[in-house]
Amino acid sequence: MSYLVTLGIFISIHAIVACGLNVIVGYAGQISLGHAAFFGIGAYAAALLATRGDLSFWAALPLVLLITATAGLLLGLPSLRVREDFLAITTIGINFIVESLFLYVSFFGGALGIGNIPRIVLFGERLKGPTFLALCLFFLALALLISWGFTRSWAGLACFALRDDEGAAASMGVSPVRFKLLAFVLGTTFAGLGGALYAHHMRFVSASDFGFPVSVMLLSMVVLGGMGSLWGPVLGALILGVLPEIFRPLTEYRLLLYATLLLLMIRFQPGGLLGPGSLARKLFSFRRKGGEVS
Amino acid sequence: MTDVERKDHASSREPLLSVRGLSKRFGGLQALEDVSFDLHPGEILGLLGPNGAGKTTCFNMISGMFSPTAGRIFFDGTDTTGVSPAEMARRGVGRTFQIVRPFPSLSVLENVSVSLGLRRYGSLGCLLGRWGTRSVREEAREILASVGLADLASRRAGLLPLGNLRRLELARALALRPKLLLLDETFSGLRAEEIRQMELHVRGVRDAGVGVLLIEHNMKVAMALSERIVVLDHGRKLAEGTGAEVAADPRVVEAYLGKGASGHA
Repeated sequence: MSYLVTLGIFISIHAIVACGLNVIVGYAGQISLGHAAFFGIGAYAAALLATRGDLSFWAALPLVLLITATAGLLLGLPSLRVREDFLAITTIGINFIVESLFLYVSFFGGALGIGNIPRIVLFGERLKGPTFLALCLFFLALALLISWGFTRSWAGLACFALRDDEGAAASMGVSPVRFKLLAFVLGTTFAGLGGALYAHHMRFVSASDFGFPVSVMLLSMVVLGGMGSLWGPVLGALILGVLPEIFRPLTEYRLLLYATLLLLMIRFQPGGLLGPGSLARKLFSFRRKGGEVS
Repeated sequence: MTDVERKDHASSREPLLSVRGLSKRFGGLQALEDVSFDLHPGEILGLLGPNGAGKTTCFNMISGMFSPTAGRIFFDGTDTTGVSPAEMARRGVGRTFQIVRPFPSLSVLENVSVSLGLRRYGSLGCLLGRWGTRSVREEAREILASVGLADLASRRAGLLPLGNLRRLELARALALRPKLLLLDETFSGLRAEEIRQMELHVRGVRDAGVGVLLIEHNMKVAMALSERIVVLDHGRKLAEGTGAEVAADPRVVEAYLGKGASGHA
């Protein structure tokens, strides 16, 4: 039971962070291979504020979100001026730099990381196991709600336009830098939230938890589930969370699994499992039309 | 309104767009050199010239996509040289593209809706306001109906044939409620019937007081629509005048057909 709960906690935290990446990659069309950096910034900020700042999770949370949003703004500003493949490389660079700062700067605990992070207290109760899972699911629901609201806002429409054609969008009054940055900051803030939950769940953070492979895993979740779809990142996090547990004896081949899955997806379902033109969508619309082929 | 009256009407006002000594150099290529012209509200000005004459380069500088190497652009009474495309859209410049650029994953209605957000993209209201409301959809539908695309509103733009995409681009530009409309070969690739319809749309826009700058390869269309024509060749202004004046200019004939052709024209 507790094993399933722990698995659920990891999946929901990853789903929150993947939802953030989906805003950047799926909605605004900006590839990011360094999302784990912001996951890490959130986790370290929460860890430091809890252990050295002696702040409760709730008092620290607004600060954690502010810190990750600011980091997203500062790192996004120069990155988002370059396009596609260059952006991918720039974000990989950001990931390695942030990871090595955590590893080599003693303020961040160096190779030992930061331990003794207290549990989250809510209504006088220390959250662990099922209650912590409930908290994670609550925040996941919140992340989905914000994502949904974003797609319905003018800013969301502006991002869709940018994703499809930057030049055409600009000629219709959408400032490319402003809206790419907005999506980037929103996405990194989600990562910060996930990071804070991660820190208080593990009660210990270290640099390697937020390395480049984690960014690849997060991007795989978004691509697998369906870039730009609301539930895609959740489905992606669920599948990539459960599969390695089923194939536990093959742990060594985890990266091979991700790579194969990515290749298969891009070959057969480029829109992801829940994206436009996917099998799931076709099946659903087939049923809705009462079996009529359109 | 007769043509003569319209011309008087137009010339009595300040120009909507003034291009002065505009030049653009790409590396070793002088794409545009010292080009000047004026455009008045409610006027259609044709920009003609052979391939590579610098017509689209000129458009891209007026709409803010490129900064000129030299020269100035005055739009609606202010110097707008080097202003960003998004800002030019806010100030009242709508454009279409020579190679159509729809938002392929969005529906036709959503494509037009993007333009309707123009006033909101500059403020925080863009995060709170919603674009799917009934009033926005109705406004978009009205604009689509005006170019005859109402039936395709829910179709994905990426699936439309060229003729419809050209109309969609016109609809997107019109949804900005522009003072100046830049049409980059909006007629090319269209069937005769589609050309006739598009001509009606463009005349309608002009009659509403919008200045229209038109790049066109189809001479017949350009001559029929434009009150005045500016001919570019190798980045320089070759001639300016009414369609008849320009067509009779031996330099223009030479630029289009080559040396020696003027004798036969």
